[in-house]
Amino acid sequence: MFANKSGSVMLGLCRRKAVSVCSVVQSLVGNNLFGWNVGCKQRTLWLQMNVAERTQQRAVHRKLSTRAVHQTTVDPDELKRFRLLAGKWWDENGEFKALHAMNDLRVPFIRDNLLNMHKAQHPGKPLAGLRVLDVGCGGGLLTEPLGRLGASVLGIDPVEENIGTAQLHSLCDPHLGGRVSYRACTLEELSADVAGGETDRGDTVFDAVVASEVVEHLADLETFAFCCSRILKPGGSLFITTINKTNLSYALAVVAAEQLLRIVPRGTHDWEKFISPVELERLLESNCFSVQSVQGMMYNPASGAWSWINSTAINYALHAVKLAEEPPSNPQTDKADNSAASQS
Amino acid sequence: MLNLTRASIARNGFGRCLMAEKRSSAVKSVRRGLVCADHSDGSGNNEVYDVIIPGGGMVGTAMACSLGMHPNLSEKKILLLEAGNKKVMDKVPDSYSTRVSSISPGSATLLTGIGAWEHITKWRCKPYKKMQVWDACSDALITFDKDNLEEVMAYIVENDVVVAALTKQLDSLSDHVQVKYRSKVVKYIWPTAHQAVRSVPWVQVVLACGETLQTKLLIGADGPNSMVRRQLGIPTVKWDYDQSAVVAVLRLSEPTENNVAWQRFLPTGPIAMLPLSDTESSLVWSTSHHLAEELMALDDECFVDAINSAFWSNVNQSELVETAGSLFRSALATIMPSAGSPRQLPPSVAAIGPKSRVMFPLGMGHASEYIRHRVALVGDAAHRVHPLAGQGANLGFGDVACLTQLLSQAAFNGKDLGAMQHLLEYESERQRHNLPMMAAIDLMKRLYSTNTAPVVLLRTFGLQATNMLPTLKEQIMAFASK
Ligand SMILES: Cc1cc2nc3c(=O)[nH]c(=O)nc-3n(C[C@H](O)[C@H](O)[C@H](O)COP(=O)(O)OP(=O)(O)OC[C@H]3O[C@@H](n4cnc5c(N)ncnc54)[C@H](O)[C@@H]3O)c2cc1C
Ligand SMILES: C[S@@+](CC[C@H](N)C(=O)[O-])C[C@H]1O[C@@H](n2cnc3c(N)ncnc32)[C@H](O)[C@@H]1O
Repeated sequence: MFANKSGSVMLGLCRRKAVSVCSVVQSLVGNNLFGWNVGCKQRTLWLQMNVAERTQQRAVHRKLSTRAVHQTTVDPDELKRFRLLAGKWWDENGEFKALHAMNDLRVPFIRDNLLNMHKAQHPGKPLAGLRVLDVGCGGGLLTEPLGRLGASVLGIDPVEENIGTAQLHSLCDPHLGGRVSYRACTLEELSADVAGGETDRGDTVFDAVVASEVVEHLADLETFAFCCSRILKPGGSLFITTINKTNLSYALAVVAAEQLLRIVPRGTHDWEKFISPVELERLLESNCFSVQSVQGMMYNPASGAWSWINSTAINYALHAVKLAEEPPSNPQTDKADNSAASQS
Repeated sequence: MLNLTRASIARNGFGRCLMAEKRSSAVKSVRRGLVCADHSDGSGNNEVYDVIIPGGGMVGTAMACSLGMHPNLSEKKILLLEAGNKKVMDKVPDSYSTRVSSISPGSATLLTGIGAWEHITKWRCKPYKKMQVWDACSDALITFDKDNLEEVMAYIVENDVVVAALTKQLDSLSDHVQVKYRSKVVKYIWPTAHQAVRSVPWVQVVLACGETLQTKLLIGADGPNSMVRRQLGIPTVKWDYDQSAVVAVLRLSEPTENNVAWQRFLPTGPIAMLPLSDTESSLVWSTSHHLAEELMALDDECFVDAINSAFWSNVNQSELVETAGSLFRSALATIMPSAGSPRQLPPSVAAIGPKSRVMFPLGMGHASEYIRHRVALVGDAAHRVHPLAGQGANLGFGDVACLTQLLSQAAFNGKDLGAMQHLLEYESERQRHNLPMMAAIDLMKRLYSTNTAPVVLLRTFGLQATNMLPTLKEQIMAFASK
């Protein structure tokens, strides 16, 4: 009765918000209105240099798109940290409390953006028929809700202990059987399997890739973006949530959250690996994505709840869509790529 | 082989066995487990329901219907358990039932949404446009009506008609809402909040026939003596009023429009006459156990006399209160002319329906918690009120509307329906509504159970002031009609 209505109202809100937030973000970040301090400017410079460098690398990548990926996203120190916590995923009041709470924002964000592109057939299973890849799924905190919405979700994580926890938890619920599955591997391994035709292609090309609170733990984002693009169907969606690289995010995520309030375990975050929305956007765009929306998020440790905010200075969620065609920078390779895509 | 794999997972618990093995074999073994889980649960138990509702009274049946009809919940497996028989109705019986409820416009909206109201209006229900409450110890009166008798205030409906209409709707949902009649629950096994490795994470429901069912969420709708509530050990504030209600179907002396609900406060308790048709009304007479037994023992003719004099007699009015009351009334009238409404007289009663006289003990109770991990209470299982305000069923339907909204939202967000977060929201939202209502009903009950002059004076002023303050009255009515 009412849900239909509220659902569409929400969709409407979301769409409107996304647009306005997007422009706000661009004007704020683009003109550097935040101006936290001089350090911020320096970082921006650094970022710009870095991006330029990476764009060059990209060109090489694209030419070699059939080549196996040699670089790795894995940072062994990160895996060690998460291995120690693998038994704690489903304790709603434990170390991963904030991730449990984030479902209130990220599940609707993913659902509504997907529903904008794929009309729901069954209101009880709005994401039915969609194949979703959850990269860095951990204990399956986000994988299970997406499965409950009807999507068939594959969760991957390089930490075997996480996959063990995720599998056992999903086994308890017979209704998740068949909709949620897990595999202990990296994104590059999975994408190499797909490219090498090791697994049935129809089975492993995804309508959406989700990487929630993962990219800040990766060793190489370029490889990540490249693999995401490779494993997605044209027109498929990429959803990322992560922490921005600002002094405020440093103060909140590292100093306050880890050291003072102990919301997340000490050593969880390495500020150097955080990435700003601008940088992420450029990286994705150079990998055939078009960024649809960026929204700021904030966690209130007192209430234990997340909320959408206008500023992306601390945490943000991003939705990008893989373009159907490669940008027309190199007509020759484009042609070849297109015919390859249409064959598959 | 498959069974072995599953058993070893269960025995070794979370991940331990998986960790020991090589990655690839760990993945394979669990994948197989997944496939098996589709056919039957590893522990050899029965299937897992999304929602089980023990208690198929008005509230439980409405709950099952309302969840089953919601598009967001169309993939969920729901089960209603009722100890009694199925109530079907092709046409209404000739005589009225003694158990009736006053259904507020808010409850009617809920019932319309789930398609049951259509059957109710087709079968039998009586709208009324005005309620007159007055005091046996003074002339004070308060009338509630909407926009000069244009709008309906509430409907009097037989409980059986409500349940039968809901049952008919449930029949149309049989693909995902199951109902088991003559199924009495004898035991519940609760999950621990932080699930231990080998324990079942769901609520287990043991039936008298020996069958055990599992559910992610249990919604207790099992009435005022709720076994769900008792077995959870939820503390309940309750007290007996030392009162019983005598109910009966009344035949009026002459046909009237009969669109007013009448309630008079006697020192022994309130007596109410609720319209059923042009010629019949329903009696709810709350009084001491002792007096109730006497009323039950009277022959029909004397019983009718007792009813008429309870509505008409003036023996309890004291002169002091009368004078003070009329002074106060005229004082109010000078401040706010033309605010009060004239007192009307209730119809007189000629006879009672054959064998329609029944007596119920009355009490009040409120569960201090409406929820626990994977459990929620609705209806009389959570709160039981005195019938004087006719709110018992309405509070329960309010619970149903609220819980449906929260659960459908939770489902649309991909949540586990038994998770605490939305259940906590349900509890705080409903307690915020139910508690003031219960307190008001209880206060009214206590205030009117005396004929001590100062208290009577107080309530005389109270009633008269309320009657003349339209905004306050509108607020009371808006609150009670939710
Ligand atoms: C005299 C009187 C007059 C009233 N007048 C009004 C009025 O005018 N307006 C109004 O709104 N309300 C009125 N009420 C209150 C109203 O009747 C109740 O609030 C309402 O019926 C509560 O419904 P329920 O479904 O919560 O509980 P119940 O109607 O008590 O239903 C509980 C159901 O659970 C089943 N059950 C119990 N235990 C088990 C078990 N272990 N296993 C399986 N099934 C089980 C029972 O068989 C029963 O069907 C009145 C109450 C009384 C006593
Ligand atoms: C903060 S957790 C987020 C978990 C999950 N996405 C969620 O939101 O509930 C980060 C996860 O990323 C995983 N991870 C670390 N390095 C990774 C990599 N190179 N590729 C994929 N996942 C990785 C970790 O094992 C960990 O489970």
